[in-house]
Formats: sequence, C-alpha cells, structure tokens
Amino acid sequence: MLTSANLVWLIALPLFSSAILLLAGKRSNSWGHVLATTVSASAFTVGVIEFFAMQGRPEESRAVTQKLFTWISVGTFKVDASLLLDQLSICFVLLITGVGTLIHIYSIAYMSHDLDRRRFFAYLNLFIAAMLLLVLGDSYLNLYVGWEGVGLASYLLIGFWNQKPAYATAAKKAFVANRVGDVGLSLAIMIAFATFGDVSFAGIKEHAEHASSTQLTAIGLMLLLAACGKSAQFPLQSWLGDAMAGPTPVSALIHAATMVTAGVYLITRSNFIFDQAPIAQLMVLVIGGVTLLFGAIIGTAKDDIKKALAASTMSQIGYMILATGLGPIGYAFAIMHLLTHGFFKASMFLGAGSVMHGMKDEVNMRKFGGIGKFMPITALTFGLGYLAIIGVPPFAGFYSKDKIIETAFNAGGVKGIALGVATLVGAMITAFYMTRVVILTFFGNERWGHTDEPHESPALMLIPIALLSVGSVVSGFVLSKGQGLVHWLEPIVNPLKEHHAEEFLPPIVVSAMTLSVVVIGVSIAIMKYRGDQLAVAPVNVSSLTKAARRDLFQDDFNETVFMRPGQSLVSNLLNLDYLVIDGTVRAVGSISLTAGSKLRSLQNGYVRSYALLTVIGALALLTVIWVVTA
Amino acid sequence: MLTAPSLSYALLAPILIVLAGAVAGVLVEAFVSMVHRTAIQLTLSIGTLLLSLQQLWRIRDQSSTTAAVNSVTIDKAGIFLQATVILLALVAVLLIADLDNFVALASALPGSHEEQSSLREKSKQTEIFPLFLFAVAGMMLFPVATDLITLFVALEVFSLPLYLLAGLSRRRRLLSQESALKYFLLGAYASAFFLFGAAFLYGYAGTISLAGISAAAGGANDIFLLIGIIFVSVGLLFKISAVPFHSWTPDVYQGAPTPVTAFMAACTKVAAFGAILRIFYVGFAESQTIWRPIITAVAIITMLFGSLVAIAQRDVKRMLAYSSIAHAGFLLSGVVALNKDGLAASLFYLFAYGFATLGAFGIIALIRDSSGEVSDLNRWIGLGKKSPLIAATFSFLLLSFAGIPLTSGFVGKFAIFSAAYESGNIALVVVGVLASAIAAFFYIRVIIMMFFTDPVNDSVSVIIPSIKSRVSIIISAVISITLGIAPSLLLTTADNFANFIK
Repeated sequence: MLTSANLVWLIALPLFSSAILLLAGKRSNSWGHVLATTVSASAFTVGVIEFFAMQGRPEESRAVTQKLFTWISVGTFKVDASLLLDQLSICFVLLITGVGTLIHIYSIAYMSHDLDRRRFFAYLNLFIAAMLLLVLGDSYLNLYVGWEGVGLASYLLIGFWNQKPAYATAAKKAFVANRVGDVGLSLAIMIAFATFGDVSFAGIKEHAEHASSTQLTAIGLMLLLAACGKSAQFPLQSWLGDAMAGPTPVSALIHAATMVTAGVYLITRSNFIFDQAPIAQLMVLVIGGVTLLFGAIIGTAKDDIKKALAASTMSQIGYMILATGLGPIGYAFAIMHLLTHGFFKASMFLGAGSVMHGMKDEVNMRKFGGIGKFMPITALTFGLGYLAIIGVPPFAGFYSKDKIIETAFNAGGVKGIALGVATLVGAMITAFYMTRVVILTFFGNERWGHTDEPHESPALMLIPIALLSVGSVVSGFVLSKGQGLVHWLEPIVNPLKEHHAEEFLPPIVVSAMTLSVVVIGVSIAIMKYRGDQLAVAPVNVSSLTKAARRDLFQDDFNETVFMRPGQSLVSNLLNLDYLVIDGTVRAVGSISLTAGSKLRSLQNGYVRSYALLTVIGALALLTVIWVVTA
Repeated sequence: MLTAPSLSYALLAPILIVLAGAVAGVLVEAFVSMVHRTAIQLTLSIGTLLLSLQQLWRIRDQSSTTAAVNSVTIDKAGIFLQATVILLALVAVLLIADLDNFVALASALPGSHEEQSSLREKSKQTEIFPLFLFAVAGMMLFPVATDLITLFVALEVFSLPLYLLAGLSRRRRLLSQESALKYFLLGAYASAFFLFGAAFLYGYAGTISLAGISAAAGGANDIFLLIGIIFVSVGLLFKISAVPFHSWTPDVYQGAPTPVTAFMAACTKVAAFGAILRIFYVGFAESQTIWRPIITAVAIITMLFGSLVAIAQRDVKRMLAYSSIAHAGFLLSGVVALNKDGLAASLFYLFAYGFATLGAFGIIALIRDSSGEVSDLNRWIGLGKKSPLIAATFSFLLLSFAGIPLTSGFVGKFAIFSAAYESGNIALVVVGVLASAIAAFFYIRVIIMMFFTDPVNDSVSVIIPSIKSRVSIIISAVISITLGIAPSLLLTTADNFANFIK
C-alpha cells in the first residue's frame, strides 16, 4: 500500500491552530478567526489534492497510509498511530473540510458580536481535527480517539453559551447519552481484541472471514450501540434536540452534516463484520427504520425551527443507517445520502441561522411568517434545500433517497415490504413537516409582533449558504452519474459483486410512488397551514401531536426508567459507601493511628533505650535463625 | 620482603578524585580568606564531582575484581551505584550551598557571646564542603568494597563527616547537637556490631574477602557463619534504618540541618543499599537459607512499622524520616528477591527515591516563619493557597513516595514487588502493598492539609528560593516526573547495569 507524508497535516493543522488559539488567549482575539478559517481551508486544499491524486491512480492502489508512531507495544500486541486514506475516508475528508470551511466563513459574521468568538473558533478547529482523525484512523483504537475527540468538541460547543443553565444541561445530556454509545464502542474494541488479538481494520477484516458468527454478532451489536449514541438513533436519540442549544453554525456542522453521521461511517467501515452477522444487520435495519419514523413524527410538531431541523436530521440519518443494514449495495447509497444530506441540511441550518440573525435570535416559527420577502436570498437557498430533502427531481435528495427506498423494497419478502413502506411513509412525513417549516417561516402573515423589519444577512453569511445550496442542487446528480460513487466505493464495500437481489419493483415505479407520497405530504401541509396563523401554538390538539411535541416521551421514558432509579441507586450506594466502605476505612485509619501512637512511644529520645532496642533486635534475629535452622 | 600492592588507578580514579577534592577543600579553608571561601568551595565541590562523573563514564564498560588488590571490585552495578551517588550529591551540594541553614561558628556555645558575634560578622562554616566530599568518597567506596575491612573503612569514612554535619544546624542548635551525638554514639555502636560480625566471619572462613566467605559456605562450624552474618547485617541495617535498628533516624533527620538530612536520606541509602546488595548477592549468596528468612522478617516489620508510625507524626521531617524507614523496607524486598530483576529494580528504586527525597527536603527548607523552618504539619495548612507552585511540587513528590502511577515511585515499587513476586516471596509482596496503602494515607493527608483545609491566620511563609535551591528542586521534580512517564529511559539502563561480578 502506498504511503504518504501529507495525511498528518490534515489533522495537525487544525489541531495546532486550536492549541494556539486556546493558549494565546485574548492576544489572538483579533486574528483568531482568520487563522482558524485559513487552516480549515488549507486542510480542504490538502484533501482536494489527495483526492485528485487518488483518482489518478488505478483502483487497487488508491488507498494511502501514513504511520505516525508506534502507539502501544506490549508483547505481541502492537498498535501504530497510523492514518489510512481510502475511497471511503476521502469522501468524509472532503465533506468535513469543505462544509467545515464554509461554516467557518459563515461563523465569522454570525459570531462577530460574541465576545468569545476566538474560543468558538478554537473549538471548531478542535472538532475538525478530531473528526478527521475519526475518519482517517486505520484501526478501531485510532478511530476511538477521534470518536472521543468529536464528543468533547460537541460537548464544548453545545454548552458554548454555558452561562445559561439550560444550555449547560443540554451539553451534559449530550455527553451522557454519547457515553452510553462510547461504552459500546470500547466494548466492541475489547471483544475484537480478545477474539482476534488485533484492532486494525485490515487485520480484523482478515480474521472476520473465518470467525464465528456469535463473536461477530456481539461486536456488531456493540458497534451499533456506539453508532446509536453518536448518530442520535433510537433509543439514544434524546440528546440531539437539546443540542440545538449550541450556536447555529455548530448545529449545521456537527449536528447535521458531519459528527452525527459518524455512526454511518462506523457501520460502513465495519461492513466486513455486519455482512457476516445477520442478527446485528437486522438490528441495524430495525433501528434505522424506527428512527426515521420517530424523527419524522417529532419533526411535525416542533415549533422551534432548529429543533424541527434536528428531528429531520435524526430521521434522515435513520435512512442512512437503514441503508447500511441493507448489505453491500446499501453502504454506497448510505454514503451518498450522507453526502447530499451534508449539503442540503447544512444549507438549511445556516439558512435558519440567517433567519435568526435577522429576527433577533427568535427560533419559534409561530412568530415568523412572511419572512421571504424581507430575506429573499435566504428564502431561495432554504427553498432549494427544501426541494432537495423532500426528494424532488433533479435535486440532490431525489437521487439518494430514492435509491434507499428502492433498495429497501428489494430486500425481499416481508422484510422488504415492511422496510419499503416505512421509508415511503417517512418520505411522506418528511414532505409534510418540511413544507410546514417553509410555510410557517417564509410565507403567510407576519407574526413577529414588533415593528423592526427582518433584514437580510451580510454577504459573509450568504455566500457559504449559496455555495452549499449549489451542492444541494447538483450533488445528487454528480454522485449518481454512471453509478460514480457506487463504483468508487466498490473496493471498500464490494457492492456490485454480491448484488444479485431480484428487483422487487422497477426503479421507475419506486420513483413514481415516492413522488406521489411526497405530493400528498406537501398537499396536506399546504391545506393545513395556508392562510393566517396564530403566533401561539394551538392547545386543543390530538394526543399524537402532544406526544410528538414531547419528543414521543423519550425524555419521560429515560427519566423514569434510567434517571430516577439511577439516582436512587446512587444515593443508596452513597450511603453504603459512607457507612460500610468509609466506615471500614475510618476504622482501619483509627486503628492504624492508635497503633502508630503506641509504637511511637518506643521513640523516647534516650540513646540508652535505642541501644537496648538494637541489642534486643540482634538477639531476636539470632533466636529466630536458631529456631529456623535447628 | 613486602611487595607494593598494585592499584589500577584508572578504575579507582572516581573515588580518588573526590578524596583529592576533599583534601584540596581543607587547604582552601587554611589559606583562602573567608570572603571568597564559599564560592571557591562550591566551585571546587561541583568541579570535583563532575570530574569524577566523567571518569566514571570513561570506565563504564570495564570491570575488575582486583582494582585494589582484592579489596575493591569495579563492575557494572558498582559503577551505576557510584554514578547515582555522584548525581545525587551534585543536587545535594546545591541545597547545602544555601549556608543560612548552617551554624555560623560551630565551636561557639549555643547562646554565648561568641555565637552572637559570629552571627554579626556573618561568618560561615565552609568546612561543610570538604566534610561533604569526604562523605561522598566514602559512599562511593562502600558499594564497591569487597572485603570486610575495606567495607568497614568506607563505612567510617562516610559516617564520621555525617555525624559532624548533623550537628551544624543554625537554628535549634541544641536539638541539632543532641541529634549529632546520638547519631555518633549509636553509629559507633552499630559499627562495633559490624566489626564483631566481621571477626566471626573471619573465624569461620579464614578470609575477609566476600568471595572467600562465599566459597567457604557450607563448611563446618556454621554457628560462626550464622553469628557473623547476623552481626554484620545489624551494622548495615542500622545504616539503612531498618526496624528495629532505626531509632536514630527520626531524631537525626529532625535535628540535622535540612540540606544535610536531604543528603543523608538520599545518598546514605544508595551507598548502604549498594553495599548490602553486594554483600548479600556476592558474599552470602551461598548462605541464603540463613539470611533470607530474617531479612524477609525485617523487611516486613520495617515496612509496617515505618508506615504506621508515620501516620502519628505531626512534624514533616519526622514524617519523612518514618517514610524513609518504610522505603528501606520496600528496598529490602529487592534484596530478598536475590535475582537479577531484584537488583535492577533496586538500582532504579534507589535512583528515583534519592531524587524525590532531595526535592522534598529541599522544599521543607523553604517553608519558614521568622524563627526559621516550620516543620510542624499543622502550620502547613493552606500552603496550597499561599504558594501553589511549591505546594504542588511537594504534593507531586509525596505522590511519588506513595507510589501513585505516573510517578517514579510507582515504577520503582512495581519493579521491586514484581521481582520479589517472581522470587516467590508472595507474603512480602502482600505486606508491601498493604504498607504502601497505609503510607498513602499520610502522604495524602499532607496534600489535603495544604490544599483542601482552610488556612488559619498564621505567619508561615515560603521564602523565595535561591537560584541554587531552585535548580536542585526543579531537577529533582523533573527527574521524578520523567521517570514516572517514561520509566524505560532508566529501567533499561538499570537492567543493563544490574550485574555484580564475583
């Protein structure tokens, strides 16, 4: 395999920049954001260069590695800190650095009034570095470091305005939910190590071919748990809505385009495990299917524009996870949807940020309305993202989502029909809630209740949005042209070789069905939300709406089942700790203290006593030895 | 006709250079005016030590059992121990160079007019430097001496200057003199035990060389061997403060000037353990059935006693004295292990412990009020708020003594206990770990006092350390941290040098 000395710069540049900004403190206030953005752009440049270099090489020698140092070397167990850039990771590198750079630029303007803008950029750079490490690590252990790193960056950025207790709590909630998933990942690594004695992707891939399916299932389920935590999948999804407490660029970059898709990356990267662990793969499908509906239903009831988009993100990642459960061909479509979603969701989040910017940080859509004519560019770009996510041809989402629905139907049998129907229903609800968001925000009566007119955002914010919406228009077409991405990823996930499944429905039928349900969803939304709306949410609503407003009781469930029993367990343990363990320690301590004080009296200060003690000691030794040897 | 003994001067050069430096120091006392003495003596001492170190480096790969007829053996382990002594002495001399810890005129009676006038004249007792160098030379000879007479001579050469140095404290002079006298009386007493044992061994083996004693083992009349081994052991165990021969330690550590305590605690341990390791690994290796049970017993009692009594201490110097007793017990585990790993672990432990000790006593010398050092632990309360850096460094060194991971102390303990475990002394390891847990209690209590207890209004202050003290404390702390994080730097060396030739 080829080696390259450039890969480390991808991670090192943003990491150093982050360190500089954090260590230099206020001194770097004036130029910190410029450095951070430059560094992110440089990483993107490196990524583009590597991409073209890779494209120029024949298929079998496209992957490159770089060994940084020997990280762990214990007996026969050896882990190198090595980077691996292959066809899969380059997709992520370009997405992370490309979208990341645009969001850096956007943030310069968005955060310009914040006193702590420098710290914000330091964290953004830290995130970029950690996320790149996550996708570039060549072993599960290296990935784990990046995995924890993005968790840290996410925590710091959700709680960026931690002067508000609710935001700090949101950060903590995200951290705790992620920990549950992280335990899954560390267990998966431990099982893999115990089983194969190896933690590198290449090594485990080799061993997996003749491993028992029990072990692979165990590893797969643990990896799935990890993916659920990071990618906000059922049942660990509850943190994502609260994570919207972070500044909007963070929501766009971390909680829409990149970090939350790490679970999809993890499963795709571990395809050699899931392909041979049918039970784990089935669980992937179930989780994906449940989450895509779960998120969509929540999305219909949210009045907070960012939370509505967050619910949508959850649902769209549900699509991707479901796709990864569909076997070899599904991985490529999952990655395709991940990339297109990265564009249109980031563009919509930044659009929401732009609206908030013009509306004095208001996030309640009930208090928007008719903003389209005041912020035409924002409305237009948001509209393009909207068309992409609901899957209208020829926008990006059409290509990627249709493929997932089609593959789901083709899974065969009852499973195929159930999955296909779930994805279709999801598409309909998506069309409904996204139309609702657009109507409530940009159309209808003006409900903001103050006289200041919303203003369009500065160019520094609009240009990144515009570039992203170009992506949401064309990326689907570009990636699927001639099955480009599918062929590109072939060496990693072998999609075409093993794809013999019978076509359940011809593609054109699937597309027609999808378009029809989308039209239905849009129509229902238009019927329901046309005309003047009230500035407050209606109270007399169906119990399903009430449930959706409460995130389908996910917090209530967590609090009842985990938090309260957990708290009482902790307080009981605390008592036990105090009475029994501390008690024992205190007893040992006081016994030791008493013994010490008693023994101390031997130390009376008289030389004659000391000398006597020496004689007694010598005689004691003699006696002992006499007894022992005799 | 007598033939002149043949000496290989190259191999003996490190020792001879230090002795020459000491003699030169005496001449400086005689001929140089008082104004310049301190600077010259300090330069001379450091220069001597560096030169000796350079000579050691030159002979690092050589070995000989006949460096001085049959009395001195230069080998890998010996060179490592000598180098450790010199390196520790280099740091210790910087602490000693802060002469305001020492009496202005030792011959003046405490409270007398002479004392007052000597203080007014700001006179300084610079004889400390040559005394220090004589002690270092003795300490370098002790671990390489291979016959009982040379051992005895070396023992006296490094002990006598220490007896004197212990009595030279500037403040609380009576306490200091009392401790010096106790140290001398008990030291002489222990030396008598050593000589008595040596006589028995000669009576048994007909030779005083360690190799000869080893070769004669298994012969008849082993009651002589038994008594000899035990009495020689008593003399040596006294020097390393093993229980029940430890009783001088707290009194002397407390009474002696703090830099001298630092020097004694660090270097004496290295030299004495060096000699013990050689005697037991080379001279008594064949009689291990006799001494291993008793040394095991002594190690167990020492670890437990030192750790337990340290808990009850209210004085930081006494607490560290008991801590040093406990550490002697841990080190004895390495002696009992009687394998190459045990030797390597002991070498590492001595090095690491020596530097941590120098740093800790160096800091103690800085904590003062108007009347001098404050060693009462209750008055250290809240130090972390007044001088966070000093308190943090001291805490780190305490954690190293306690053997918390990522400190040099942890690596040392781990290495020594695993060597003891390999040699089958599981009881020793269990007690060692227990004693470490007890010991952690009092180390951490000091940290809690410094950082987490609200300070009472008291006038303890930290003096701004002179550049010399600062350098020595920084070196000690940096070495303790480095060896904790990257122990293989020294472990490999210790492993390579863990070899006594017979």
